[in-house]
Amino acid sequence: MILSRKFLKDYVDIDDNIDIKTLAEDMTRVGNEYDLAERLVPATKLIVGKVLECKEHPDSDHLHCCKVDVGNEVLNIVCGAPNVRAGIKVIVALAGAELPGGVTIKKGNIRGQESNGMICALYEIGIDKKFLSEEDKNGIHILPDDAPIGKDPVEYMKLDDSIIDFELTANRGDLLSILGMAYEVGAIYDKSVKIPDIKHNESGEDLNKSFSVKVNTENCTLFIARKALNVKIKESPDFIKNRLIACNIRPINNVVDISNYVMLECGQPLHFYDADRLGNVIETRMAKNGEHITTLDGNDRCLEDTDIVISDGKRAIGLAGVMGGLDTEIEETTKNVLIEAAIFDNVKIRKTSNKILRSEASNRFEKGLDPSRTYMAMERAVKLLEEYADAQIQKGKVVYDKTEKEEKKITITAKDINNLLGTNITNKETIDVFRRLGFDTVLNGDIITVTVPTRRLDISIKEDLIEEVGRIYGVDNIEGKLPSSPIRMGSLDKTDRDIRNKMVSLGLNETLSYVLVNDKEVHKYTKDEFEELKLLAPMTEERNVLRYSLIPSLYKIYEYNKSHYIKDVALFEIGKGFWKKDETYGENKKLCCLMTGEYYLGIDVKKDVDFYVIKGVVEEVLNYLGYENRYSFVIPKQNIAEFHPGQVAEINVNGDIIGIIGRIHPEISKEPVFVFEINLDKLLDKRVSKMKFKDISIYPTVNKDIAVMINKDITSDEISKVIKKAGGNLLVNYKLFDIYTNLALGNKKSVAYSLTFGSNSKTLTDEEINPIIEKIVEALEKNFKAELRK
Amino acid sequence: MKEKIEEIRKSAKEKIDKIQNLQELQDLKVKLLGKKSELSELLKGLGELAKEERPKIGSLVNETRQEIEQKILEAEDVLKEKAMNQKLEKEKIDITAPSTKMRRGSKHPLNRVIEEIQDIFVSMGYDVVDGPELETDEFCFERLNLPKGHPARDMQDSFYITDEYLLRTQTSSVQARTMLANKEKTPIRMICTGKTYRREDDATHSHQFNQVEGLVVDYKDKNTSLADLKGTLEIFMKRMLGPNTELRFRPSYFPFTEPSYEVDVTCFKCGGKGCPLCKKTGWIELLGSGMVHPKVLEMNGYDPEKYSGFAFGTGIDRLAMFKYGITDMRYLYTNDVRFLSQFDRQDKD
Repeated sequence: MILSRKFLKDYVDIDDNIDIKTLAEDMTRVGNEYDLAERLVPATKLIVGKVLECKEHPDSDHLHCCKVDVGNEVLNIVCGAPNVRAGIKVIVALAGAELPGGVTIKKGNIRGQESNGMICALYEIGIDKKFLSEEDKNGIHILPDDAPIGKDPVEYMKLDDSIIDFELTANRGDLLSILGMAYEVGAIYDKSVKIPDIKHNESGEDLNKSFSVKVNTENCTLFIARKALNVKIKESPDFIKNRLIACNIRPINNVVDISNYVMLECGQPLHFYDADRLGNVIETRMAKNGEHITTLDGNDRCLEDTDIVISDGKRAIGLAGVMGGLDTEIEETTKNVLIEAAIFDNVKIRKTSNKILRSEASNRFEKGLDPSRTYMAMERAVKLLEEYADAQIQKGKVVYDKTEKEEKKITITAKDINNLLGTNITNKETIDVFRRLGFDTVLNGDIITVTVPTRRLDISIKEDLIEEVGRIYGVDNIEGKLPSSPIRMGSLDKTDRDIRNKMVSLGLNETLSYVLVNDKEVHKYTKDEFEELKLLAPMTEERNVLRYSLIPSLYKIYEYNKSHYIKDVALFEIGKGFWKKDETYGENKKLCCLMTGEYYLGIDVKKDVDFYVIKGVVEEVLNYLGYENRYSFVIPKQNIAEFHPGQVAEINVNGDIIGIIGRIHPEISKEPVFVFEINLDKLLDKRVSKMKFKDISIYPTVNKDIAVMINKDITSDEISKVIKKAGGNLLVNYKLFDIYTNLALGNKKSVAYSLTFGSNSKTLTDEEINPIIEKIVEALEKNFKAELRK
Repeated sequence: MKEKIEEIRKSAKEKIDKIQNLQELQDLKVKLLGKKSELSELLKGLGELAKEERPKIGSLVNETRQEIEQKILEAEDVLKEKAMNQKLEKEKIDITAPSTKMRRGSKHPLNRVIEEIQDIFVSMGYDVVDGPELETDEFCFERLNLPKGHPARDMQDSFYITDEYLLRTQTSSVQARTMLANKEKTPIRMICTGKTYRREDDATHSHQFNQVEGLVVDYKDKNTSLADLKGTLEIFMKRMLGPNTELRFRPSYFPFTEPSYEVDVTCFKCGGKGCPLCKKTGWIELLGSGMVHPKVLEMNGYDPEKYSGFAFGTGIDRLAMFKYGITDMRYLYTNDVRFLSQFDRQDKD
């Protein structure tokens, strides 16, 4: 909504010394944000001049050298406009003038000829080209002969106005009118609001006798029709044109302009029909599915049964609240005008206008309208038609009215206000705020009964009134304090944070990627069964589905970095994966990790990431979370296409698969890239005990190494289990430290373990340890036909 | 006899002085002081001497022996030091050569800011709660006083999966969940941080972004006035953005609060003087807030006659961008390792 200061001043008498920026800031403080506050014509140092002489530039085929009388001197100005000539009055920008777009006029020389100013076109001083005539679009502006030389041309043209472009909140439909703005500004500066003049004559037979209004839908609650006869279509007076321009509406002719002018004043959109093309009846109804109408813009529209239409009883002649029909449009030849002022359902209008066109009118219908303004706007329109289009107003109006007539009364106490705002406002102050807002109040004891004006559709409960008090009293006047609640510590589940810290300490970079991915990726890296969650209206097909696994996201990040020559990548992310199964929707928190390249590098040390490095990361995390000795890595029963079939495992905790780890298939990535993903919800569901200190033995431990030849396919896990079982209590630790295979060994491999023995109660002797080692070797021989290497 | 001992002493000293390494010294020690050494032999032959000579010679031999031992010990120290020096010399390295490269881990800047916010509010007694990102229309809109067809829904073009399910457009959905879940209807002080989604993507908006949402509900006239909201947000913003940060509350409209306020903070860039970032106003719009709408309380089981509350929310992405001077929002979601690995430094206040 653009507010014109001059327009506003018709209805509320604001001080001239309040400049437009101050007004805008004051409005902001009561909740009305603005984008822009400036003069309608932002150019400075403009003056009316008369071209005394105009000669062709000796060194150019289109420039002119002019002598321009600006009152106290005659300036030499070089001008390139095709329509400049001697004898006309023009707008001159003097040296030092600033024009929109950052142009500053300087004294100077144009191709060898002195030029001490600029003769301006209207668009050069800040009037949008869409408002200009063809001549003004293509050349300088020629002022009428009575323009006073040496005076301000902007003032002469009555364009000396200022504007504020407001960005209003969705609930304040009342501010989509100059009158609504006047009440708001009046409340800020404590000024009263004037009511538009609606006095007019009317004559002839009552319209009700010859014309009828039918409403066949509940989506229209108010419909008023009046007729203005014998209108004279012509140009609007300057003040109407200028105010429309200020409010960014293009003037067309006096009749059309009046409908827009009244809409700006009262906030009520009107529609004017050529009455002679209409008939004796006007009907409001829902469109039929597939019904067609040609709208004002010449487009054919196919309608649905959710669109409200206006009909002449036979066919649709307008799309209610959105756009009129071409057939009944006001034209140069129109003589008699039927005026419609109506209220349509805001939700329906929004739906239709979203589909077809958002206009000044639909914007107002969407926000809801005040019925008393509908009546006011009708009377104001006929008054202006009488005055500026020489219309005779036919007696009577045809009215269909189902609007609520009861006044809204809300009771409130100063205590209610002070409780919510944390203030100490008195009854008297409260009543004064309402007076300034133009709300009637009655005080009874401590209870204030407030009558809410019909224009304020946004106010329906006590809290709305408290907001009004807060606004006008001034939020800045409310001192902030801290809740004096009992002291307590807030609760925070730090698990995510702890995992994040652990991963960071292992040298991984945390990423944050998009949840929306492409549907081709969603079933990758998993054999889990689920239905993917597709968006009803994706922004792009690239992101049309919610991800299930984070692995594709991390792999994309790896590819991005690789393409930027970053080879060592170690990433992790904690995020959600989404799914649907048997009509149940779910989401799980997942920890995903990707590693490739060098894990560390020194002058003579180097470690590339391999399966065992990333497996180490998994174990670090699981041990850290308390799952030590409760997990294993299991070869998957089903092949997952995206993984290297020989380097993949399911991560198993207490018999449940909680994640996957593996190398990405060489067909996807030539470089060895390793990933794992853990379903944290599933994992953390498994309870762990509190961390507890373990006593440190004061007796020394003894290390013994053994090496056995064993079948190649026997896994380290299987061997470990046998060693652990045979070793018993005194075997406190065991570690695989070498695996050796070569061709000569055939299908055998040599594995070497370091065994640590110890006791909490004594120092162990060889006599105690050797039998245990023998037991371990025996068990390995028995289970795997292993041979001890001596 | 005396001459003999003197000779032994002399030759031993000479020999010791010539020794170059510890092993030779050890061998010499055996030769000079061992069972078969000349000195030992002399002691063995002591019986052959005259009775009165014996103690004299005996003590002379022992003195000489001690002297030689002492001499060997000294020589040993010198040689040890020499050997150590040689070893150290050999082990000398170029300390300016590059270190072994450790992996640099780092936390994503958005999560760093989220953790900071969580800590601020936990210290003020707020519980940090979590909620689903795949939300129902009911919790995302309806229970927040945004019935179907409400004009404010236009402001939030959403990613729907079905008519019922959508990606949450705001963390406010957790407000309703928290109030409903609290069966005893005890006072609430909570924040929720996390991902939110809206159907827009341009230079300043990502379709996925992060929000923090706060909610306080308490018995009426207790700790839940606009003044309390102001004080709370002042602390929050001063802690996040610096002690000189000022706040400006502007009345606004949100369906779930009444009254509602947008909150501006002193422009991060110019400190309030006015610059292109703040469009010369000196203020940056940063938070939405207000007193919980009685309908929202009622719909979620809190009697608005007995309880009142305040709520607030803000975007975390913009806070993070300011905090670390990140110039382009896209950095936050591109995950360039050269960007990520910069965030391995402690935050300084």
